[in-house]
Formats: sequence, structure tokens, C-alpha cells
Amino acid sequence: MCGIAGIIYRNGNGAHRIGHDMTSMLQSMKHRGPDSTGYALYKAPTQELLVRVKLSDSTAQRDLDFADDVARRRREVQALFVAAGAHVKDTEDINEYTFGATLEYHGELKRLADHIESVPQVEVLSLGHSLEIVKDLGDARTVAAAYGLDDYFGSHGIGHVRMATESDVDIANAHPYWAYPFSDVAVVHNGQLTNYHQWRRRLEASGHRFASACDSEIIAVYLADRMAAGDSLEAAMRRSLDDLDGVFTYICVSEDALGVAKDELAAKPLVLYEGDDMVALASEEMAIRAVIDHEIETYDPYESTVMVWTR
Amino acid sequence: MDTVNQSAPTRQQEEPQFDPRGLVELNARVPHVSEIDGDRARFDAHALTTRQINLELRSLLYEQGVREVTVRHPGARHSLGAGILTRCRITFEGSLGYFALGMIDGPEVQIAGRVGWSACENMMSGVVVIDSNAGSLTGAAIRGGDLVVKGQVGARTGIDQKGGTIIVMGDAGSMTGFMMQRGRQILCGNVGPGLGDSMYDGTIYVAGTVKSLGIDCVPGEWTDADTELIERKFSIYGLGTPPSFDKFVCGKKLYNYDSLEPSERKLVL
Repeated sequence: MCGIAGIIYRNGNGAHRIGHDMTSMLQSMKHRGPDSTGYALYKAPTQELLVRVKLSDSTAQRDLDFADDVARRRREVQALFVAAGAHVKDTEDINEYTFGATLEYHGELKRLADHIESVPQVEVLSLGHSLEIVKDLGDARTVAAAYGLDDYFGSHGIGHVRMATESDVDIANAHPYWAYPFSDVAVVHNGQLTNYHQWRRRLEASGHRFASACDSEIIAVYLADRMAAGDSLEAAMRRSLDDLDGVFTYICVSEDALGVAKDELAAKPLVLYEGDDMVALASEEMAIRAVIDHEIETYDPYESTVMVWTR
Repeated sequence: MDTVNQSAPTRQQEEPQFDPRGLVELNARVPHVSEIDGDRARFDAHALTTRQINLELRSLLYEQGVREVTVRHPGARHSLGAGILTRCRITFEGSLGYFALGMIDGPEVQIAGRVGWSACENMMSGVVVIDSNAGSLTGAAIRGGDLVVKGQVGARTGIDQKGGTIIVMGDAGSMTGFMMQRGRQILCGNVGPGLGDSMYDGTIYVAGTVKSLGIDCVPGEWTDADTELIERKFSIYGLGTPPSFDKFVCGKKLYNYDSLEPSERKLVL
């Protein structure tokens, strides 16, 4: 089933409690997917590059070598930052298998990301000037507490509660997906894509990498591919309605915009609230009510809808 | 504010217990939180769980002789008011979630807000008036009664409809009236693609534009009975002067029924 949610404040500043809001929205939709919860959160853009790296999955066996392996991979990744030409300004221990770094880097993002992922079992969760992706097993409260998201301030964000149907329950298969190697673009999806294997073969042949076996990852990679070819986010989303088969509602975010797309059958739900100061959308109205306490008018967008809002 | 899995302690109420995944409520009992005045009652649903709200409604209507209930702060929760099988009046002061008022037989309901997917699924009789918008699958498989949506509806309104009347004042999405078998739909706004796809019978009236007709849905011939029906429904629900409508019915080109089972057919041949 899965549940998706998004929120964007439209006054342009990054001083909203976006982590807390997303947690309220996602927790209220826990019944749609208790397997894992993920967030893509955007704070005020920085000059530096923010990278979040997963060194092992939370489902990995905790044998005697676990801590040593993770520490070794982290040393290798940090050495590769330097080898790729980045200057490490700061690092942050997020938990035992995830860490964040602030880099000064002006080269090609794909080169940097490829360098990092050359270490086995290491995955770049997100890369950009304002995007941070957090995903782990459990409901929204569990993940928010483990990653300290209650005090995360920003301008917009999306989230996902997952009921796994197509692939394993672990972090690699959890949403949101970063549009590797596109700076600051992430996607959450509710639905199933039936031409996944065709698109995966096509996109792999043109040099894209896949970190999971989850059909939803196609959307992120597809959008990255279209944008690399020169499409705007909105144009790429519109084209996806023709190119992707199956049933889907997906939300896609970039550094300054949030967009949603629905398939031509309108088979997956979406409730939308468009206010003057903010836009909130989710699989269920309950999630929107979890962050707005006054009476509001909401509606379900129709089939083949693509809408984009900027902050 | 979080509306799920929480419950402020109320009179005679124990903390709700859930299964290990936190999804199924195990120990719900009637919370008895209503203010009752003769055969009228009202209660605030804000601090109650979904099961507690439904148990309170049932207790009032079935055991305490109440005929008119007002529910405040329903909080867009799912499955509220499902399976109420008695004549009564219910008012929800706020929006409801999915599967609202499913399988009801008899109630007159007003919702001062909107509803999610599958409102009034399999309604047998009664009246439901929704003041705002409705999600997809509104009035799925209804068999009787009137369902009035004053805003717009999502996709597949009245899928598998087997009777009753669905009135929508705003627009309707794709595949409206899909596989409809009987009953009426009065759609005052524009309608998406695939209207009346594979319908067996019944009538759909559309005042706005139709993006496309579904398979075997064709324009129908207007009669005085159509005018009379629409005027009567508009007057009952105070919807003003009806606009002019186009009528759509089943073309019956897909009527290729074979009464024999495949095994029997072999014997005949």
C-alpha cells in the first residue's frame, strides 16, 4: 500500500519545523506501511555540499567484525573524498552505520558519488546543497527519534511509510530515492511500475547505477536521466506519465520545488491542500490534518496530473 | 497534533491497546462520553480511537434510544459510521477518511467537510449529504438511497452501482460509472475520460463536458421522466435550479451473455 506525504512552505525561508511536521504526517499514516519510514528534508541552501553515506544496512548481521568493517569503510570513504578532489570541512556521526559530511567540492557530482560507492556495501543516501535523506526501519516516531528529526528546520520535505510488496525490508529498498547523481533531487512513490525491468535495462545501458531492487527507484533514475538531457523537473515529470507503466502517485522534490504526478488511471490516492503560505499533500487527509489544525478545503487531483510548487 | 493511536483519558476509559505492529486496536469498549438530551446526543471524537467512535455511535443508536447524533472533530479518520442499520440522523462536524458510512441501511447523514475514498460503499438505503469534496470510488456498489456531493469527486464514482442516486455538484474524474448496473448519476460539472465504461444499465446525466465516453456508453433519449427526476432531486436537497443535462445510457452492444458453463458448452457442441 505505502503512504506518501509532502509539505512546502512558500515564503522562501528555511525556518519551519519541517522534521516535526513530516513526522506527524507520516506517523498518522503508519497503518499504510509500518515496515520503514523515510524523509527527504531541505534546509536553507549552503555553499558547501552535504553528503549522507550509508556504510552498512540496518539489517546487516552484527557479527564480531561489524564495528571494524564499518569503521574501515568510513576511513576508505573519507580517503576517497580527498581523492575525488573534495575538501572535508566537517563530519557528523549520525548512527553506527550512517555518517554525514560537509564538503567543499566543485567538480562533477557523479565522479564524487562514484568514488564513494566504489567501496563495497557503501551507498550515497543523498548529495546536494540543501537535501538530506533519512531512512530506516520502523515507524516515523522511531526513525525521527533515532535521527533527531524533531528539531530539523527547513523549507520543504517529503516522506514515505513503506509496506513492502516488491522487494526486501531494509534501508536500501526504503524511500525516498535520491536521483543519483543529480544534486538535491529525491522521490517518494506509492504504487507499482510494470515496465520496471525494461527501464532498468535501458537506464543501466546508458550508465546509471541502481542501489536496490525496488521498482520505485526507476522514477528517481528516470528523472535524473531526463534532467541530464536538459528537461526541467516539470517537463521530465510530464514525460514520465507516458514512459512509465503501472499505477503510481509520486512526489518529487528539488532544491527549490516540490512536484507531484499521478498516472492516467488515478489509481493511487492523493489529497491536496493548497494554501497561500504552504502546500501539503498526502495519501490520506488524516496526514494533512495532523499538521493543520483549522478547517481547510482539500481535494483529490485527477488522472494524469502534474503539479509543481516552488518555495 | 497527531490523530492516530492516541487517546486522552476519558471517563470509564482504559488506555487503548494495540497489536505489536500498532495497527489493530484490541480492547475497545464503548467510551460513554456523549451528552444525551432526550433522543438527541452529541460527542467529541477528538480524543477517541476509530473503534471507540463507532462503538459510541452504535451504543447510542441501538441501545440508548437516541435518534439524532452529532459527532464533533471526526478528524478524517477511516471507516466512521460503517454498518449502521437503523433509521436515524447523524451529523459529522468535520471531514471523514476512507470507507465512511459503508454498508449503511437507513441513516440520514450530513458531513460538514469532505470524505476520502469509497464513501458509502454498498449503501442500501438512506441519505448522505457531503458538503465538500469526495475522493475516488464514491458510492461504489451502492444499492439504494441518495448520495449528494456538493463539491467535486475523484475517479470511478459509482463503480458497480446497483441502484440509488448519486448527485455531484462539481466535476468528476475518470471512469465515472464504470460497470454501473442500475441507478442514476446526476453530474453537474465536467467529467473525465471513460464515462460509463462497460456499464450494463442505469442512467448518467452530465451537465458539463465529457472528456470521452467509455466502451458501450452512448447518448440516451430524453424523456419527461428524466426532467421530473432531476427537478425532484434538486428540490429535495435545495440545490437551486437544475442546469441542462445530457443523458447517457448503456448501448447494450456488449450483451453477449452465454447461459452455459464452459463444460456444458462442450456437451452441447
